[in-house]
Amino acid sequence: MGEFRMPSLGSDMEKGTLVEWLKKPGDTVRPGDVVAVIETEKGAIEIEAFEAGTFERSLVDIGQTVPVGTPIAVINGGVRPSAPIAAPAAAVPRQAASAPPMAPRIAGPVEGLKVSPAARKLAAERGIDVTQIRGSGPDGSIVFTDVESYAPGVKPTAQAPIPSAPSKEKRATPPDMGMRSIIAAATARSKREIPHYYLSHEVDITRALKWLAKTNTRRTPDERLLPAVLLLKALARALRKHPGFNGFYEENAFRLSDRIHIGVAIAIRGGGLVAPAIHDTDKLSLDDLMERLRDLVTRVRQGRFRSSEISDPTITLTSLGERGVDTVIPVIYPPQVAILGAGTPRKQPMIADGKVRVRDVITLSLAGDHRASDGHSGALFLVAWANLLQHPEEL
Amino acid sequence: MSERAPEQVATTYREAVRAGLREALQREPRAFLMGEDIGRYGGCYAVTKGMLDEFGPERIRDTPLSESGFVGAGIGAAMAGMRPIVEVMTCNFSLLCLDQILNNAATIRHMSGGQFSVPIVIRMATGAGRQLAAQHSHSLEGWYAHIPGIRVLAPATLEDGRGMLWTAMNDPDPVLIFENIMLYNMGGTIDAAAGAVDIDRAVVRRPGRDVSLLTYGGSLWKTLEAAATLKEQGIDAEVIDLRTLRPLDDATIMESVRKTRRAVIVDEGWRSGSISAEIATRIVEQAFWSLDAPITRVCTEEVPIPYPKHLEDAALPSREKIEAAVRKVVGR
Repeated sequence: MGEFRMPSLGSDMEKGTLVEWLKKPGDTVRPGDVVAVIETEKGAIEIEAFEAGTFERSLVDIGQTVPVGTPIAVINGGVRPSAPIAAPAAAVPRQAASAPPMAPRIAGPVEGLKVSPAARKLAAERGIDVTQIRGSGPDGSIVFTDVESYAPGVKPTAQAPIPSAPSKEKRATPPDMGMRSIIAAATARSKREIPHYYLSHEVDITRALKWLAKTNTRRTPDERLLPAVLLLKALARALRKHPGFNGFYEENAFRLSDRIHIGVAIAIRGGGLVAPAIHDTDKLSLDDLMERLRDLVTRVRQGRFRSSEISDPTITLTSLGERGVDTVIPVIYPPQVAILGAGTPRKQPMIADGKVRVRDVITLSLAGDHRASDGHSGALFLVAWANLLQHPEEL
Repeated sequence: MSERAPEQVATTYREAVRAGLREALQREPRAFLMGEDIGRYGGCYAVTKGMLDEFGPERIRDTPLSESGFVGAGIGAAMAGMRPIVEVMTCNFSLLCLDQILNNAATIRHMSGGQFSVPIVIRMATGAGRQLAAQHSHSLEGWYAHIPGIRVLAPATLEDGRGMLWTAMNDPDPVLIFENIMLYNMGGTIDAAAGAVDIDRAVVRRPGRDVSLLTYGGSLWKTLEAAATLKEQGIDAEVIDLRTLRPLDDATIMESVRKTRRAVIVDEGWRSGSISAEIATRIVEQAFWSLDAPITRVCTEEVPIPYPKHLEDAALPSREKIEAAVRKVVGR
């Protein structure tokens, strides 16, 4: 390989600032390892290596801001780069007003992997790591349509370790205006382009909360499950039966994703929010899901999440938790085609078996993209989610 | 004037070429035909049969077996204001007049500082498949397409066989027309009023999504047959008839390749240094980032064309070879 470049973590990202190196010269790098922490308008993000090799040297100093595509380190994969790599000339000073957007850099050939030029170009434009794609072309080569239909997911290799030494000052939340402008761009595009439709449903979750309370009595506080994991797991299961809400609408067509990565909206202290993915939500047990959720919330609050977590969600859940609001009517995060909402659970009278009873109730809502689905299928999906919550022991 | 559907008439490629020649002589008084056995014999491939009776010996001129002599005479006549249409019996013999074509016809406009032009049309038969053995079966259109200063046409259809000539006659510079010998007997129907056609653009003869098949002349029909078979196997091939080998219509080629991301070039010339090599290079130069598979070529095997039928067939591009090449580039 050779050059490790400043990745693009979204079409709106033009530059990134190096916050911390997590590899030093001589370190072994495996795919999925976190190599560095960079600060973008979305927050501090851990960037991962796609290929194995040895970390040779860094090309960018801490605090330096460079445009997307700039080589920031040399990672030697056994083959030495043919020419010495110069330190980036296009480095822009920190706090520069704006850097000119760069055309995506197209990666060079990857040893042992056949990637067509068209596939390589598209992968560069979308910031996709081709080593994660299975090729359908001649001799197993990766061709254009393989990249086009690729739904990014967790790396097959081991999880990236969470760095043990959280840094002190550089990890600060980015300026509000940066975060706010990102949210502004995404939501404005959503409301401009996506014909939303909305459904909501009042759901009796008395049984679910009772089951949860019973389960939690046997657990220490840090093992206890939150209602959010029931919502997540039930949602993932509902998506398996209603895959038409899981995927991306791009280039005038909806593409199903065969993997389910639910994005979880998490508010950031100091304003704004992000919705990073919990990868393969449907395959996780409630305990694993709880652990992932805790880890994610902690890291988001610290301003640390991984590049793949930001780019991968196939659908999003926004839960207003304990904020005391009944209903949320959410805005879809493009290019996703649906977002689910959950209000605060509350006690209210409900009619059951012909009698008025006090029950635990939550209002679940769905905003759907009318280009990808209709109110009919949306209603079936929403009810399926609600029904799965009636049997928490089966989740 | 009442509107009615254009009248269709049955014809052959040979008759279509002849119709084009007759129309040229009728419309252009300065035009005349010159070549070996084109008058009394009616042409080696019978294209000019009957034209001596119709137009007389002044305009239908039999020549000695001297390619350099009569092509040179044609170049001189063109420079002097005539509109000669010279038939070289087959491209195999054109090597005897290659000096006239390359060093005179193609260069005089340049070397005279634009004072002279050479509005000559040279027709020749090309291709193999009739068991005429190595010396009479060459496909040299790709060689001529190497030469700046001339235009090289390869009419594959009845319409082009008839209509390219008149447009070529209006070109102020030399135009070479290569007629594939396997096409002369090809039958079909043509608009009775079919006339001049452009000689600048390649044409999509069959639209498709999965792969671009780029070909011309006699190979067009094999390629279209292969595309039809491939369609039954679920491969949707686009077939481009290049029509003009010099200058190549890069825009049409690249538009197709950018769409399908794969290209197979079918060329009856030998592979090394062929027009297919030129096309492949241009695709790499202009559409590299659109490619999904290596550019593949189906060319004539690099041997003197054999005489025995089974060996001759094995040496030439065939429907089966085209299908196999396509399946390989689409990975099926």
